[in-house]
Amino acid sequence: MSEILLAGGAVLTPDGEVKADVTLSGGRVAAVEPVREGVGREIGAGRARAADRVIDLSGLVLGPGFVDIHAHLREPGQEWKEDIASGSAAAAAGGFTAVVAMPNTDPPTDSGHLARYISDRGRQVGLVEVAPAGCITAGLDGARLAHLDELFAAGVRVFTDDGMTVADAGLLRRAMEYLEARGGVIAQHAEDPGLSRGGHMHEGEVSSLLGMAGIPALAETVVAARDLALAELTGASYHIQHVSCAETVDLIRAAKAKGAPVTAEVTPHHLRFSDRHAASMDPVFKMYPPLRPPADAEALIEALREGVIDAAATDHAPHAAHEKDVPFEEAPKGVTGLETAFAAVRSALDPDPRLLFRRMSVAPAAIGALHRHGRWIEPGIPANLAAVAWDEEWTVEGFASRSSNSPFVGETLTGRVRYTFYEGRLTYELGNSGSRTPEVRGAP
Amino acid sequence: MSFLTTRGVPRKDLEELLDSADEFNRVLARPIPKVPALQGKLVANLFFEDSTRTRLSFERAARALSADVMNFSAAGSSAAKGESLKDTALTIRALGADLMVVRHKAAGAPRRIAAWTGRPVVNAGDGAHQHPTQGMLDALTLRQRFGGLDGLRVAIVGDIRHSRVARSNVFAFTALGAGVTLVAPRTLQPVSTGGWPVDATDDLDGVLGEVDVVYLLRIQAERGGLSVFPSLPEYVSRYGMTRDRFDRLPAEAVVLHPGPMNRGVEIDDAVAGHPRALVLDQVANGVAVRMAVLFRLLGGSG
Repeated sequence: MSEILLAGGAVLTPDGEVKADVTLSGGRVAAVEPVREGVGREIGAGRARAADRVIDLSGLVLGPGFVDIHAHLREPGQEWKEDIASGSAAAAAGGFTAVVAMPNTDPPTDSGHLARYISDRGRQVGLVEVAPAGCITAGLDGARLAHLDELFAAGVRVFTDDGMTVADAGLLRRAMEYLEARGGVIAQHAEDPGLSRGGHMHEGEVSSLLGMAGIPALAETVVAARDLALAELTGASYHIQHVSCAETVDLIRAAKAKGAPVTAEVTPHHLRFSDRHAASMDPVFKMYPPLRPPADAEALIEALREGVIDAAATDHAPHAAHEKDVPFEEAPKGVTGLETAFAAVRSALDPDPRLLFRRMSVAPAAIGALHRHGRWIEPGIPANLAAVAWDEEWTVEGFASRSSNSPFVGETLTGRVRYTFYEGRLTYELGNSGSRTPEVRGAP
Repeated sequence: MSFLTTRGVPRKDLEELLDSADEFNRVLARPIPKVPALQGKLVANLFFEDSTRTRLSFERAARALSADVMNFSAAGSSAAKGESLKDTALTIRALGADLMVVRHKAAGAPRRIAAWTGRPVVNAGDGAHQHPTQGMLDALTLRQRFGGLDGLRVAIVGDIRHSRVARSNVFAFTALGAGVTLVAPRTLQPVSTGGWPVDATDDLDGVLGEVDVVYLLRIQAERGGLSVFPSLPEYVSRYGMTRDRFDRLPAEAVVLHPGPMNRGVEIDDAVAGHPRALVLDQVANGVAVRMAVLFRLLGGSG
């Protein structure tokens, strides 16, 4: 078994940040050896002789690999936008070691064999753990429960009709009651269809000036309020996807204060952009929920910092260039995000490293029950790690994803992923384009 | 350069355009109403949404400037075969179009086409966003009637929320000095009037005595499958320009309508035919305004 020595990084351990040499062996972290500051020290001195490869991490932060509990990998069914191989490569390039693949594929992931196909395909590609989310309703029809037991047996722990909302409160209650005993989390794309129907962007000043039908913030808030009451009633774990407005943050804060098993995520693009950007009518700013006014973005940043919102999640939603290069109202919703998420969150929050890795790795791993990920670095943990240049500024261009519909193109961000390690293997190295071609391997 | 919106256009530029339109009105009054200003230029009318009067008006304007005209309409075209808007636009450019007049149901489509093709584009109506030549022809009609728009009190009545005409008129009229009140039930008002230099009310009868201009918008009971008010008779009872309401207007007040009119709905038959209903003046001014716009964008470039 090959051994990799990660030398001299600032390592995020259970006891805080420690300058240390980290040895990866057999897919695990084999050793964490603090570096004594001294004159004339050689990189990874003692260990280097044994390791097959030494990577100098001096000046970098080494933390648990990022976990995205919300990505659209588009396979099966829409492989011209993305597939599990290209999506995994994009994830690795973003420092991710695990990705929860949303079930609105074609066919939708509403039964066990479909979920197994996705996780198996992820293992074949071997760049990140691809954890399938399962539908709440069969065929995303919003009317009949999906094969929840089968999905659970296939390893699914996140259940969602993402892209659609489970609008029927009675149906959602049954799903919650059913899963409460079983386990797993109900993740809701909270958008009241009656309030959002026909809308393309945030309902407010900008949409009114452009004459576009809007999606009010209220469309999210009314569903969140209702669902939080149902979660309280049933005791089921409930997760609100891509929170977009301050009012929803207030509801989550109140529910958490009561001790409800509630979690929430926010996307990097909702932290950085607002409906003022959508005023350009450039479809690269079109996604659901829509970009809200700047005050909402500020509230979201604060909520993520505080932990009212537990995790950042990308809602990586690739679309082919020709699909997005149309008028705003005719464009499909969604933007890519895997490769910019770390830098975008780092830039928006300006957090300390521990806080960032908590929001992008530890918390999402817990929500998605991805127990091989999101662990502070110590001997014995699976070697799912990311090394980042904390203060490096860079301008976004070029993607490993098959699609490039990112509002971050051309933006200058702080913080850059340098290396990603999945199950002890180097899966991404900045500047080494070879690592962008996914290798097909057997299960580790 | 393109003409995509009236919002944010300086007063001076609007006035120059109206002055130019006045000149073209004089041309149109000549025995041979035609000038060779745009000889050899090719104007393409790209109408992805049904329109008769606007397309005819642009066509008439282009021909009166001696430009060649190419008409494209979405029905039975490549668009119906699944061609993308971008490919259609690039094809029209490759056919030699010097300028494109674009109507499309999606807001921002003309702006996209201008960016894709690098050719000047005149927005002939994009979704509920803008229809700037309509705003200018209405401004011209009011300037002819009143000498100027400064201090003029204008009520725009009807489905403002879904109206590109209202958006064009609000910003053209107010930039030229008029005061605008939006009159409609709440469901037809813009959700937000932030950035709109207007007043708003749901009480037409309350403003009738204090306006110089009533601008009536076309009413459709169904908008994209959404019912926006309970019934047409109910709308007429509160917002229809009946003969009775017309009689309560100040003696010099005028009524405008962008057409096509729903007689008996937003406008009573007797009002539509009244000399102080300027609907046909608007249509005639449309040609002059569009000549002015085409000349501005294509003239002087050789």
